[in-house]
Amino acid sequence: MVTSILVRAAAMLGGGREDLRIRDGEIASRGSLTPERGETVIDADGLVALPGLVDLHTHLREPGFEASETVLTGTRAAAAGGFTAVHAMANTSPVADTAGVVEQVARLGDEHGYATVRPIGAVTVGLAGERLAEIGAMARSRAAVRVFSDDGLCVADPLLMRRALEYVATFGGVIAQHAQEPRLTEGAQMNEGALSGELGLAGWPAVAEEAIIARDVLLAEHVGARLHICHVSTAGSVDIVRWAKARGISVTAEVTPHHLLLTEELARGYDARFKVNPPLRRDEDVHALRAALADGTIDIVATDHAPHPSEAKECAWAEAAFGMVGLESALSVVQHAMIESGMLDWADIARVLSEAPASIGRLDGYDAPLAIGAPAHVTLVDPTAARTWSTSDLRGRSSNTPFAGRVLPGRVMATIHAGALTVSDGEVVDAAELGTKEGD
Amino acid sequence: MKHLLSTRDLDRETAVRILDIAEEMSRTADRAVRKLPTLRGKTVVNLFFEDSTRTRLSFESAAKRLSADVITFSAKGSSVSKGESLKDTAQTLEAMGADAIVVRHGVSGAAELLAHAGWIDATIVNAGDGTHEHPTQALLDAYTIRARRFGDDARGRDLAGLRIVIVGDILHSRVARSNVWLLTTLGAHVHLVAPRTLLPSGIATWPVTVHESLDDALSTTPDAVMMLRIQSERMHDAYFPSEREYAREWGLTAERATRLGPDTMVMHPGPMNRGLEISSVAADSPASTVLDQVSNGVFVRMAVLYLLVAGESQEES
Repeated sequence: MVTSILVRAAAMLGGGREDLRIRDGEIASRGSLTPERGETVIDADGLVALPGLVDLHTHLREPGFEASETVLTGTRAAAAGGFTAVHAMANTSPVADTAGVVEQVARLGDEHGYATVRPIGAVTVGLAGERLAEIGAMARSRAAVRVFSDDGLCVADPLLMRRALEYVATFGGVIAQHAQEPRLTEGAQMNEGALSGELGLAGWPAVAEEAIIARDVLLAEHVGARLHICHVSTAGSVDIVRWAKARGISVTAEVTPHHLLLTEELARGYDARFKVNPPLRRDEDVHALRAALADGTIDIVATDHAPHPSEAKECAWAEAAFGMVGLESALSVVQHAMIESGMLDWADIARVLSEAPASIGRLDGYDAPLAIGAPAHVTLVDPTAARTWSTSDLRGRSSNTPFAGRVLPGRVMATIHAGALTVSDGEVVDAAELGTKEGD
Repeated sequence: MKHLLSTRDLDRETAVRILDIAEEMSRTADRAVRKLPTLRGKTVVNLFFEDSTRTRLSFESAAKRLSADVITFSAKGSSVSKGESLKDTAQTLEAMGADAIVVRHGVSGAAELLAHAGWIDATIVNAGDGTHEHPTQALLDAYTIRARRFGDDARGRDLAGLRIVIVGDILHSRVARSNVWLLTTLGAHVHLVAPRTLLPSGIATWPVTVHESLDDALSTTPDAVMMLRIQSERMHDAYFPSEREYAREWGLTAERATRLGPDTMVMHPGPMNRGLEISSVAADSPASTVLDQVSNGVFVRMAVLYLLVAGESQEES
């Protein structure tokens, strides 16, 4: 078992090139260092050292939908994308609405070792939107759940949402709302607009997202609780979040990589790889989302990694499942959309893809990234690499990527989770090398 | 042209050519033997995931008159309902030697998917997909308008300058969409009339004039008024308050029918809801083209199958 890694000459955020020694799961020293006997040496010349990435919005599908993804395959995909921690959404089967299920998911993450898995607990029993789930039991379980969400479904009942916001505060938690007014989106298939009218697909109006966000920020203000908005997708939503923050309301928001790059025009060919919830929007929405991420109105990027088996996507648009995989491609997409456009730098990337999501999720170990004595969660990126993305670049179980065929910049060359290499020379290490249970 | 998926893809020249070939095909109706040998040895599959007796019979008739072998596959009650996917079904049909698949599906984009997913090589004819398009219906409507307006002088002509009013549930109508694109490509001025609840998003970007009053639209002295079927199953969705109010505001009542010009055609893709979107007086009047549309549907579908399946070599020979 390797216990010491020397990262040589990595570009450090806000500074020059440094060596980094990792020992027993911590950052042991930084500076100009000499290799020691038996130490694994990584030549990081030309690579950028980021704190390990944290995803606040991943669908790992286990238990219940293992044909799409498992904790093992999902965390392998995460490692490939430079993530060292993922928050696993609750829409599994059984739903993660009890301490038992969230502990099972967290334990599987620990056993496999590719990433820290933080389960997200359901807000309501069975995601049914009727009764609060046992939020306290999940919070106090060994999984220490701090994020609660019915994602995939909106907590539509305003009284229940108020109660959830109030109740979760007792346990230091946050409600992550999937903002989608259900009546306004019945049968909806894509963004509502001229294109949906032309294609004959039922439209998904922006107001269905914006109305819920407006309602919920006011509820959060009223009860003094913390609210997080999942996958913001419209310019109008950005305006509401901006207004709420200016008013002092405790709200955070996320945007997905695909909403920073792709537009509804991709629906034109009825290729269901581009069918996602919330739907791809207009060009002006993409611009507003990028600007909001740059000015801090949107706090983080979260992948909404949503794996599906091929049969769920190789069908007519209206019959296809919503969702895209995103863990492996997230950093490249954000580099393309935000760094290459000059709107963010690498330090900002560390903030929106590691520090802020860890903070929202109350995840320990990410508040002093790459500091001596901090847990060694490190991602080394080659920003000059570029490749034509394909399904062969995926490491999870499903291949529903919208980026196949696109040239994307950057490549994760190494990922270090709690001092252990999960990605080496750009490839995910195998389970035996990681010294953990395969279990798949 | 390998597939017919949408009228949006058709340019004026191709559309006029289809109408001209349909006119040639119509002459076979007067012969003692109505069959042409054009598609002998070819297999045309009618793949219907939705019930539609008149469209299915029309395609069947068209293919048979061209001497094709015809397989009709109604997906209702078939293996499809046991979970077999569109992909599996299409691949099975192609393995059986289908040269063309005429597909009717309840989901928008299904025909596009079959044509471009790379699963099969067969020619795809869209016989109606969800609320997207129904291109052969629009072609037969255009053919009917042209034939009635120009008679023996129709060949080679488009519909330049004609005013066509389309009335009713534009939002859910694949017929309306296909007609809007085709009729405007052929030079007609298209006017749409419906309550706002039944107009699609982005209608302002369409090449049409939109009215909220049927009486206003009729005052433009149209050459044809095309009534769309109101689907009673949508009533509960509160697109309008009641059938009575709909008939009063947007129905072609007997009184409105009397105000139409002497040459104004009354069209309906069928089946009609008499007394709701159209009165019997209008439906049964000499102005009505409803039965012509049915007959012409066969000629237009013969033309489409001829062009797509027989291909250029047939035309050159």
